[in-house]
Amino acid sequence: MKIALPFFAIAAIVAVIYSGVKFYNLQIFFGIVLPYICFTLAIVGFIARIIRWAASPVPFHITTVCGQQKSLPWISHSKIESPTTGMGVLLRVIGETIVFRSLFRNDRASLYKDKSRVIYSSDKLLWAGALLFHWFLFIIVLRHLRLFLEPVPYWVITLQNMDGILETTIPGVYISNVIVSLSVLYLILRRFRSRIRYISLPADYFILFLLGSIILSGILMRHIYRVDILDAKAFIMGLIYLKPLVHEGLGAMFYVHLGLVSVLFMYIPHSKLMHMAGIFLSPTRNLKNDSRMKRHINPWGYPVKEHTYDEWEEEFKDALKEAGIPLEGEDVRLRQ
Amino acid sequence: MVKIIIGLICLLIILFSPVGYNVITGRTGYIPLLKTPQYQGDCVEGTIYMRKRHMEVLERWRNAYVRDGIKRYVSINGIYNISLTGTCLKCHSNKAEFCDRCHDYGGIKPGCWDCHHIPEIKAEK
Repeated sequence: MKIALPFFAIAAIVAVIYSGVKFYNLQIFFGIVLPYICFTLAIVGFIARIIRWAASPVPFHITTVCGQQKSLPWISHSKIESPTTGMGVLLRVIGETIVFRSLFRNDRASLYKDKSRVIYSSDKLLWAGALLFHWFLFIIVLRHLRLFLEPVPYWVITLQNMDGILETTIPGVYISNVIVSLSVLYLILRRFRSRIRYISLPADYFILFLLGSIILSGILMRHIYRVDILDAKAFIMGLIYLKPLVHEGLGAMFYVHLGLVSVLFMYIPHSKLMHMAGIFLSPTRNLKNDSRMKRHINPWGYPVKEHTYDEWEEEFKDALKEAGIPLEGEDVRLRQ
Repeated sequence: MVKIIIGLICLLIILFSPVGYNVITGRTGYIPLLKTPQYQGDCVEGTIYMRKRHMEVLERWRNAYVRDGIKRYVSINGIYNISLTGTCLKCHSNKAEFCDRCHDYGGIKPGCWDCHHIPEIKAEK
């Protein structure tokens, strides 16, 4: 059920867009109205979410570290793992962002052969899969710039030629498409393993199926259901300059691809894809480990009206004496 | 908070930079126009088919001619010699105003001219 629900949700989206374009000529809705709505919702939602995060107080540095903190001069200090300077933090966040350093330490608990004890072993496959997936997805996004930039910059063409260096068929197979497809497949299959399936939610599958269907529709559009690239670019240029026009040469697969991307955009602010911003805003990553070097004053601190025990005792002195309770103010032994 | 707002502004600038790029280059509404100066009858296949799949036709032609020795292409429009220079370029004689227009627009660098020579444009207006 957890897998079937998101699967059929994606299937329904694809079916609605495909049949809408193919049989009811709703190109204007799925090609123009839907992308505009989704893009606007994505930007507004994204900013709103960031502002909400930014407004939450971080009164104290809660850095998580896995290196020696700065202490005595003869103890070597791990400057990136336990940063005390802005530069250290910057390097740490950059390392996290571009090579996923903390995921590199990912490990996996399993039972030893005779099931006598639990052992923890390194699990680099997820790190490698995630790294390949993200980087090649980035290359794919950059490749799409040829449909957004006129004239096409030289570096985009170079990137594209390097990506298609295998020159297999015409049109050529891109290395990035193969790697991203395989890594999404790995990320999906990984969730089918019993222990990870147990902690997976429909949203986890939904996002993977959504990405998978976007990649699949893109590949189909390139290799099987051909789209006139000229019309595609003219259409996109029309969209970004608010002069949208429906072009003939765009098949239903183009609208499916565009529609799925629109859904992805709309979904970003409400999904775990917000990790793209969250990675920069994690207080355990982006703060200095200087809790023991610097006093952090409570930002909400205000002068509290105090009422000490001495004052209280003074106030009820008579009543306390009458009840026979020893007074700290008079009995020296109680004050030691 | 200030840093986060700077970050958000950077994100928006990156996101909308393609819009600015085309405004700077002044080609926001550019659509390539093709010229076929020496029109000599129908193309080997229909226009829409050729627009989407000419590269596949050319690849099939190359494989047919070079590997299998097939020299004729039969389509609904007639029988044609399999030859880029002898058939295609007879009508589409101006590479710069035909091939390159769309290829540049779509950022495509086809390998045709690695082997084939670029036809000289006949001086006629």
